[in-house]
Amino acid sequence: MAVQKYSKVEPEENVRVSVKINGRVYAETVEARMLLIDFIRDVAKLKGSKIGCDTTSCGACTVIVNGRSVKSCTMFAFEADGAEILTVEGLSADDKLHPLQEAFWNNHALQCGYCTAGMLMSAYYLLKKNPHPTEEEIRKGLAGNICRCTGYINIIKAVKEAASKGGSA
Amino acid sequence: MAASLCGSRVKRREDPRFITGTGNYVADVTLPGMVYVKFVRSPYAHALIKSVDTSAAREVKGVLGVYTGADLKSKLGPVPCAWLVPTEPPIKVPEYRAVAVDKVRYVGDPVAVVVAESQGAAEEAAERVSVVYEPLPVVVDQEEAVKDGAPRLYDGIDRNTSFVWRLKGGDVESAFRQAEVVVKQRLVNQRLQPTAMETRAAVAEYDSARSEATLWITSQNPHIHRLLVSAMTGIPEQKLRVIAPDVGGGFGSKIQVYGFEAVVTLLSKELRRPVKWVETRSENYLSTIHGRAHVDYVELAAKRDGTILGLRVKTYANLGAYLTTAAPGVPTILFGIMLSGAYRIPAIECEVHGVLTNTAPVDAYRGAGRPEATYIVERMVDMLAHELGMDPVDVRLKNFIPKDKFPYTVATGLLYDSGNYEETLKKAMSLVGYHSLREEQRRLREQGRLMGIGVSTYVEVCGLGPSKVVRSTGFGLGLWDSAVVRVHPSGKVSVYTGAHPHGQGEETSFAQIAADELGVPFEDVEVVHGDTAMTPFGMGTYGSRTLPVAGMAIVGACRKVVEKAKKIAAGLLEAREEDVVWEHGKFYVRGAPAKYKTIQEVALASYTAENLPPGVEPGLEVTHFYDPTGFVFPFGAHICVVEVDRETGEVKIQKYVAVDDCGNQINPMLVEGQVHGGITQGLAQALYEEAVYDSQGNLLTQSLNDYALPTALEAPTYTTDYTVTPSPVTPLGVKGVGETGTIAATPAVVNAVVDALAHLGIKHLDMPLKPEKIWKAIRRAESEQTTTS
Repeated sequence: MAVQKYSKVEPEENVRVSVKINGRVYAETVEARMLLIDFIRDVAKLKGSKIGCDTTSCGACTVIVNGRSVKSCTMFAFEADGAEILTVEGLSADDKLHPLQEAFWNNHALQCGYCTAGMLMSAYYLLKKNPHPTEEEIRKGLAGNICRCTGYINIIKAVKEAASKGGSA
Repeated sequence: MAASLCGSRVKRREDPRFITGTGNYVADVTLPGMVYVKFVRSPYAHALIKSVDTSAAREVKGVLGVYTGADLKSKLGPVPCAWLVPTEPPIKVPEYRAVAVDKVRYVGDPVAVVVAESQGAAEEAAERVSVVYEPLPVVVDQEEAVKDGAPRLYDGIDRNTSFVWRLKGGDVESAFRQAEVVVKQRLVNQRLQPTAMETRAAVAEYDSARSEATLWITSQNPHIHRLLVSAMTGIPEQKLRVIAPDVGGGFGSKIQVYGFEAVVTLLSKELRRPVKWVETRSENYLSTIHGRAHVDYVELAAKRDGTILGLRVKTYANLGAYLTTAAPGVPTILFGIMLSGAYRIPAIECEVHGVLTNTAPVDAYRGAGRPEATYIVERMVDMLAHELGMDPVDVRLKNFIPKDKFPYTVATGLLYDSGNYEETLKKAMSLVGYHSLREEQRRLREQGRLMGIGVSTYVEVCGLGPSKVVRSTGFGLGLWDSAVVRVHPSGKVSVYTGAHPHGQGEETSFAQIAADELGVPFEDVEVVHGDTAMTPFGMGTYGSRTLPVAGMAIVGACRKVVEKAKKIAAGLLEAREEDVVWEHGKFYVRGAPAKYKTIQEVALASYTAENLPPGVEPGLEVTHFYDPTGFVFPFGAHICVVEVDRETGEVKIQKYVAVDDCGNQINPMLVEGQVHGGITQGLAQALYEEAVYDSQGNLLTQSLNDYALPTALEAPTYTTDYTVTPSPVTPLGVKGVGETGTIAATPAVVNAVVDALAHLGIKHLDMPLKPEKIWKAIRRAESEQTTTS
C-alpha cells in the first residue's frame, strides 16, 4: 500500500508519484504535502476537476480512484501512487459523450458548470454501484456535492435519465 | 417558414465544455513564469496596526516580495464606491484601501501581500509576516453601532452611520390616523454568504514592451472592473484588457471591485511576471461581500376589512466595514422603492440607516434589496390576515393592483409596466389545491399535527435600468447596455455583448434572439462575452438585466443590420428599397417572392462592395447601445406547504408551487433553471443559512461545514408554471427572471412555517427557522397555553 510506503514522510520531502489517469501514466516527483487534486490539475494538467472549498465539503474535486469516488482534496498525491484514476476528462470515449454527460446536457442539469465535474463523477460512482437507483438513493448519492445554481432537481432528473439509458456503463 | 427559436427549449451550447471538463475558469489560467500571491489577513475585527515586520517572510525561499498597506498606498488609489445615494446630509464614504494601512476593521482585512514562485512558498511566507496589533473595541451589530458610546470605526463618521436615506410617498400620517388596525413587527433579514462555488480569483500579466496589462478575473462586469482597476492603478483604460472567462457563479458577489484585482495588476507590473491569486473558501467567507443583514421595524396600517392603508419601515442596514461598489444602493434604492409589492398601498414611508460595523462588507446578493422588501411586505400581509382572522389569500386579492390599472404608479414612485397578479395567484392556488389543503390542515391540527401553507405574491423591479433614472439615484454610470452584431462575408454571425453571463445561459438564448432576428440558422451565430478587447463597453450581468437590457441591445443591433441589408438587397434586386420585403432571412420584391436574395448573399455583397447603393458603407456590422425607457416588473405567486415536526421542530417542505410571469420567454428551459435555483437559495435563507459573528467579530461560519447550504437531500421538488404578461417596455416583451425565485421563496417558506404554528399563538419567528428555534418556540407556546388554561 502506498500509504504504508510513505508512512514517515515529511511534508516537504519529495516523493515519487506515479498514477494512471484516464488511461495515461503520469509520473512526477512532488512534495509529499501535495494533494491529489493539485497533482491532477497542476501536474497532469487536467483542469476539469475543481476546487471549491478547503474542508472537503463541496465535492467539486470528486474523482474515481481505483473504482471508488474520492474527494481528491482529502488525499495526498502520494497516497494515490500506483492508482488508476478516472476524471471528468476520461468520461467520454472516442468523442462520444457518456450517457451521464448526455443526460446532464438534456436536462439543464448545470448552469455555471463549476460543480459539474464533481457531480458527474459522484453520479458515475452511484450508477456503478447501483445501476437503477430510486430518487432517494440518487439524492443520498449526490449529498456530498454542492451546487449553488440549479436547485438539484434537474441533476436528479439527469441521473434518472442516464440510469434508464444504461448510464452505469 | 423557419420555426421561431425564441420560445423554444434549445439545449445550452455552453454545456459541452462544462460536461467534458474543458471550461476555462480563472483558476485554470496558467502562464509561463507565473508567480503566486497570498494575502496576510487580520485576525482582529478592529485594531491599530502598530508595526508589520516582513523580514522573516522575505527569507523564505522563492519569495519575490512582501508589501504592506503602507508600501502600496502611494502606488494604488483607494477602492472606489460607485453608488453614492443622494441623502441629506450627504453619504459619508470611508477610505477603503486594498490593503489596510493604519487600522484593520474586520477579521480578514488584508494587511500585507506576499508574492512567491510557488503557492506553497507564498503561504509559508505569509505565516511569517509578523504584525503587531493594538486591539480596539469591536462592534458587529448595526443596532449597537448607532448607540451613544459604541466603538467608532472612523473618525468623522458619527454613530457609524454612513447615511440615513428616506423615502416618502402619500400621506402616511393620515393613513395611520385612519387605521382600524395596525400590525407591528421587528423583522430580522439575516446576513448571508453568497457562496458562488468558484471563489474569487485573478491573474494579471503586464507586458512592459507594450505598457499593457491583461487581467483575468472572476467578474460579472468586466468593463466596470476595467474602469475601476484603471482608476486605482493608473494604467490607462485602453491599456488594460479585462477577461472574465467562464465564471463559476456570482450571485452578486462578483460585481464588486474589491482591491485584489488592482493589487495583482500592480504586482505584475512591478515584478514583470504574471501574478495569480486564487481565494480559499475561508477567505471567500471572510472577505467576499455578504448579503442582506437588515433589521427592519415595520408598521402596517389597515382597515378591518383588510384594505391596506399605509406602511412604515425603519431599517438598520449593516454595511460592514467599508462601502463596496454598489453597497449603498442595495438597502436603499433597490429596497425602499419595492415596498409596495403587488399591492395598492396609498402611503409608504421608509427610513434606512446605513451602518458601518466591524464585519465583512455587505453588498448585492441575488435579489439585492428586493428580497428584503418583499419579505417585509409578504410577512406583514400575512400578519394582518392573522390579526383580522382572514385568509391570507383574501387579503392579497383585496389589495392587488388590478390588471386593468397598468401601467401603474405605486406610492414609492415606480411605474409598474404590466401585471396580472390575480391570475398568477389563482393559478398557483389551483395547482396546489389551496382550499382542500386548508381542509386538510384543519383535520391534521385536530390530530395535533403542524401543517402550514405559505403564500408569497411578489413583484420584482429589474432590467436596471434607464440611465436617467439610475443616475438620479447616485449610480456612477448609466445602465444601458450594448451589442455588436457582425455578419461575416460567409453569412456567419458574431454577436458581442456587454453583458457577462456566468451560468444563466445567454450564449444560447442570445443566439436564439439573433438567429430569429436575422433569419439565419442558430448554428451560424456565436455569442462572445467577457473580454474587453472584443466586446463593446457594457454594464454586465446582475439585477436580472441581461435579457431585458443587453438582450434588447442585440435586438436593436440586428434590426439595424437588417435595415442596412435591405438597402443593399434593393440594389441587388434592382428595386426601390420600399418595395423590398424582408421575411425570415430573405429579401424579395413585393409580389415576387420566388426571386430573392438571402441575408447571406447580401452579406457577401456588402463585403465585395462594388454594387452598393449610393451612401451605403461596405460591410455588415452594427454597434448598438440600448438605454431602456423603463424598468420591467416580473411577478408571481409561490405557495409552500410544510409540516413541522412537533417533537423535533424540523421543517419538511411537502409541496412547492411556483407560478411566475416574466413576460415572453426566450428559452423556457433556462427560465425554469433560474426559477429552480432561485427558489432553492430563497428557501435556504428561510430555513438554513446565516452568517454568524461572535461579539469580537470572529466569523463563526467560516467554512462550508459551518455555513448550511442545501444539498440534494434538502431540495424539494418544485411544481412550476407560468403566465405570460408581456412587458410593453422591451421590444420582445420580455422581463427578467434571474432573481424571482430568491425573492419569492423566502417569505413563502416563512409564512408556511408560521402558519403551521399560528394556532399555538406563535405570530412570528426570525430566520433561519432552524429546528432548535422552532422547538423552543413550540415548548414556550405550549407552556404559556398550560399556564393560561
